[in-house]
Amino acid sequence: MSIKQISVFMENKPGTLEEMTDVLAKNNIDMRAISVAETEDFGIARLIVDDVYETTTVLKDAGFVNRLSDVLAVEIPDVPGGLNKVLKTLSAAQVNLEYMYAFLGGKEVNKAFLIMKVAHIDRAESTLELGGFHLVDQENIVEM
Amino acid sequence: MERYFQKKFECMPLKEMKKLQDEKLVKQVKHVWDNVPYYRKKMEERGLTPDDIRSRDDLHKLPFLSKADLRECYPYGLLGVPLEKCVRIHSTSGTTGKRVVAFYTKEDLDLWSDCTSRAITAAGGTKKSVVQVAYGFGLFTGGAGLNDGSHKVGCLTVPISSGNTDRQIMFIRDLEASIICCTPSYAAFLGERMKEMGLSPEEIPLKAGIFGAEAWSEEMRRDIEKTMGIKAYDIYGLTELSGPGVAFECSEQKGMHVNEDHFIPEIIDPDTGEVLPDDTEGELVFTALDKEAFPLLRYRTRDICKLSRKKCSCGRTLIRMAKPKGRTDDMLIIRGVNVFPSQIETVLLNNGYAANYQIIVGRVNNTDTLDVHVEMTPEMFTDNLGEIEARQAKLVAGMQSMLGIKAKVTLVAPKSIQRSEGKAVRVIDNRKI
Repeated sequence: MSIKQISVFMENKPGTLEEMTDVLAKNNIDMRAISVAETEDFGIARLIVDDVYETTTVLKDAGFVNRLSDVLAVEIPDVPGGLNKVLKTLSAAQVNLEYMYAFLGGKEVNKAFLIMKVAHIDRAESTLELGGFHLVDQENIVEM
Repeated sequence: MERYFQKKFECMPLKEMKKLQDEKLVKQVKHVWDNVPYYRKKMEERGLTPDDIRSRDDLHKLPFLSKADLRECYPYGLLGVPLEKCVRIHSTSGTTGKRVVAFYTKEDLDLWSDCTSRAITAAGGTKKSVVQVAYGFGLFTGGAGLNDGSHKVGCLTVPISSGNTDRQIMFIRDLEASIICCTPSYAAFLGERMKEMGLSPEEIPLKAGIFGAEAWSEEMRRDIEKTMGIKAYDIYGLTELSGPGVAFECSEQKGMHVNEDHFIPEIIDPDTGEVLPDDTEGELVFTALDKEAFPLLRYRTRDICKLSRKKCSCGRTLIRMAKPKGRTDDMLIIRGVNVFPSQIETVLLNNGYAANYQIIVGRVNNTDTLDVHVEMTPEMFTDNLGEIEARQAKLVAGMQSMLGIKAKVTLVAPKSIQRSEGKAVRVIDNRKI
């Protein structure tokens, strides 16, 4: 049960992130999570949104190169050690984590969500489910 | 079946061609001696008279003309006929200094359109074809040259000029244009737009394109061919010699046939001026045999390429010139190394990027810097930073091995490099020397 993440190419200079979010705001896109990774001259913004199709369309029209990828969204209790538990499960199964970021609860208090890009998504999925973790699907994301 | 516009000349046996060139050359040298005092003086300085030039074999004795001579003679100093015999001028873009103005008599225009007619016929043009001329019209020779050739072949000619890309595409589709003529960078831009509109090559009626007026790489040719589903033909020319059509490509796509009955090509060592044998790289020099109004002898083009006499399976006997690497004007000297934009383009296309790039040269602490801005494309983008950086490193390595010097590669946003409707602005040189 994976969800869609939109990655956007951005030049590393003042104003580009603002321009991109301006496009999203004008099109009434609701973001669930965002992370930005950067090098000296470019960066990648990674987004989880309520409407994937609409977002990729408006970004493309505005001239932003973007790409969809499958990532896992894992629900954890917002308590000390929550993330550590998930990582223990994954490392026991030898699943390599490419990158991750987190966001808190949405409408649900006391919960946090981890967005994870992993090398072996199927193995990670079954490992986490066996370990009793709840994976969020695309519909949950829309409703959040 | 290969078609010719003037088979007699295009497939003329070599001996006959030499005889024709010998006769024309003797006549043309006399014409210049009698009518162009500037060149006559150059000949006299070498102790030459027209009697010293009896055939093509004596050509090497004649002095060269260069762009500097043309500037010195601006505007009327090289005119070979009284002004009232001239009916048109064209002019270079003048990016590197004073414009060069070339003059044409009615006969000159007729001869020029013969040359472009040969190119259009070689690209499959017949009187049934619809030819869209998307070169700029005006002082630039591209529009007028192909337009006149297209008329002469009898094609339905669409003189749309450059720009307004969506209208270009509408005409191509509505009128079912089969041949498009424009600069290669504009062809790439058109292709990009068609792709964006979701048009597959099957939905594009074009069958051929005649592209010239700037240096482009073999990889760029394959890219354009694939996007539009066409065969891309190269064409070569200079305003100083008439315009496009001095040489043109046949379906073999292995170099451009020089219209030798009108122009004698030579390859020289750019430093010593010595004539080099066929299949050796050097600077291309042309002698115009028939031009009345602007009769240039041994004009140095500053284009670097080679000539080949190898037999061409298209049946033409005209000598072939390789695609010039670029004008010596386009050539950058960076940290003492010669760099042509077309080499950088080759590396980009070989690595999966598009030909949307700009070269920025600077100087820091007396050392030249080379920065290549490359647009990110949907194909080359991933969510993985490391992978993008690895691809970027591969580009840097590819450039290092192609150029022999290190370049910095900066990935920039799509469409952030300005598109050109005529000649692309590939180089920004910020060095203050």
